[in-house]
Amino acid sequence: MTVESTAARKPRRSAGTRKSPSTKPELVQLLTPEGKRVKNAEYDKYVADITPEELRGLYRDMVLTRRFDAEATSLQRQGELGLWASLLGQEAAQIGSGRALRDDDYVFPTYREHGVAWCRGVDPTNLLGMFRGVNNGGWDPNGNNFHLYTIVIGSQTLHATGYAMGVAKDGADSAVIAYFGDGASSQGDVAESFTFSAVYNAPVVFFCQNNQWAISEPTERQTRVPLYQRAQGFGFPGVRVDGNDVLASLAVTKWALERARGGEGPTLVEAYTYRMGAHTTSDDPSKYRADEEREAWEAKDPILRLRRYLEASNHADEGFFAELETESEALGKRVREAVRAMPDPDRFAIFEHAYADGHALVDEERAGFAAYQASFADGEGA
Amino acid sequence: MAETVTFKNMALAKAINESLRRALDADPKVLVMGEDVGKLGGVFRVTDGLQKDFGESRVVDTPLAESGIVGTAIGLALRGYRPVVEIQFDGFVFPAYDQIVTQLAKMHARSLGKVKMPVVVRIPYGGGIGAVEHHSESPESLFAHVAGLKVVSPSNASDAYWMMQQAIQSDDPVIFFEPKRRYWDKGDVNTEAIPGPLHKAQVVREGTDLTLVAYGPMVKLCQEVANAAAEEGRSLEVVDLRSISPLDFDAIQASVEKTRRLVVVHEAPVFFGSGAEIAARITERCFYHLEAPVLRVGGYHAPYPPARLEDEYLPGLDRVLDAVDRSLAY
Repeated sequence: MTVESTAARKPRRSAGTRKSPSTKPELVQLLTPEGKRVKNAEYDKYVADITPEELRGLYRDMVLTRRFDAEATSLQRQGELGLWASLLGQEAAQIGSGRALRDDDYVFPTYREHGVAWCRGVDPTNLLGMFRGVNNGGWDPNGNNFHLYTIVIGSQTLHATGYAMGVAKDGADSAVIAYFGDGASSQGDVAESFTFSAVYNAPVVFFCQNNQWAISEPTERQTRVPLYQRAQGFGFPGVRVDGNDVLASLAVTKWALERARGGEGPTLVEAYTYRMGAHTTSDDPSKYRADEEREAWEAKDPILRLRRYLEASNHADEGFFAELETESEALGKRVREAVRAMPDPDRFAIFEHAYADGHALVDEERAGFAAYQASFADGEGA
Repeated sequence: MAETVTFKNMALAKAINESLRRALDADPKVLVMGEDVGKLGGVFRVTDGLQKDFGESRVVDTPLAESGIVGTAIGLALRGYRPVVEIQFDGFVFPAYDQIVTQLAKMHARSLGKVKMPVVVRIPYGGGIGAVEHHSESPESLFAHVAGLKVVSPSNASDAYWMMQQAIQSDDPVIFFEPKRRYWDKGDVNTEAIPGPLHKAQVVREGTDLTLVAYGPMVKLCQEVANAAAEEGRSLEVVDLRSISPLDFDAIQASVEKTRRLVVVHEAPVFFGSGAEIAARITERCFYHLEAPVLRVGGYHAPYPPARLEDEYLPGLDRVLDAVDRSLAY
């Protein structure tokens, strides 16, 4: 062994924080940040028949989702919510992918998929229960084929894979979509879900929103290769899409869902985007990232970009934007009032639903709790 | 009793096999999944022949990834299936522990009862077979501590058969600990019987001087202890818990009110083990009946030892008899 090769094996000081390889990955984009429609030979066909009304619908979805998110952030600041995970900046990735889904498809979200929930018809106020602390989930996942938010990072990718295996066993042509982030890509469960979905050819789309930051850890702390390239090693395609481009997100997700429905197995979509706010209301991004970075991404704002396109192509007039503004304010008001009116759960909810079939210990402890409450002479405890 | 009742004599492993076969046959939503469960029939052959008869779609060989096995089973349950997954050995369950504890156990509560999780996690557990490390552990307390899970362990072929039927029919997740050193012990199974409830303990030997409580692999040992003690003129009652969560404290209490003495026997480390919970609650319930403190016999607070030392580590006849003597000496 030469001296040089020994030196070469020495770990570099910068290892782990080095930027991704210099070869720029392909990024599917249909709308530039300036709102110009660009041609894409592969993906244009998935949005070729989109109507001006549908385009306005996508814009409306993004605006209302952002309004809802802003209201929730305010409510957290006012002490009405214990925590909030904002989606600010990720509206296009979520609305684009969410609108690509069929009713019979099934969604497995993280805890930030407020825009996808919106697309599924989940009442946004339902999303706030766990953040207010009145439940740990709260909606019926089968009501809108939208699973409960999952806090433990990456766990839901396996649930999505298992569900998709079930879809395949049933001979149905539904598809399943699993949302996760760049941080989750480091989790073993995500790797295992790639393995299982590949070997069983499960109809699942893995939709990774690479928002550049896992709390304070940058993407470079999670991976040394562009995330979408991971798929290749598992034997299925991966593609990177401009996650701030709602049209491209819609087109690429449609493509991936069609593959799933057609029996071609899983796909990894990496939506390259940016979390404009904090990871949650608990952290302070100014401690770990530069202002210039956010400013650079603000120029790629997903909502502004579609507005420019709508205006330039005369697909929307001032009346539309004004009406949407009114609708947006009404949504904010509704959310604010709904949260403040949300009752605390009944105290016996502690014991409810621990088991479906019942459990002697839970019954005993519930009875003990009831006796303790009843022991207060003034009845306040009852 | 009906005249047509037939008792089949079979080993405990075979009883589970027959039970799985019955469940697969009865309900197309039941699936068997795990590493090597298909062609090989499992490393203990518990699933032998099932894939041949029910096909690869019902009896599924999985990648070697325990979190993946349980995590995908959760997804399949959400789709309406009833997966029975095998973790190959006790010490291999920990990569799946996160999925079991943070997801499987809590899904029903988080959905406010809208979602059921009828998943059975089969784990061959315990020592006494001369295995290498991570193949002989008894982690049942780690699961019993988690609300949302049921934890059971049969001690004989008949219970193995029926408890598996009940576990599969349960809408709650069940961690099904199979006493691997008893896999080859034969017993009579009445496949037509109406079984007792899954959560009920059973007095497997009546006695008057002291109660021995055990489950899974230790029940047979306790019966041997009772035989040995009988030769010395002592009458021991043996209670087979069958279920660790929920735990049938009423049955133990009834026995202890009669015998006034209690020794709990399990293979798992005594420290923070199921015996500690039993001792505490029975002391509360039977404080004025007890003639001696509740004693425990089990493993040490040390990693499961190499096979040549496992007879020292595991409760054996003499260690349990010693505890019986100590209790009776009060």
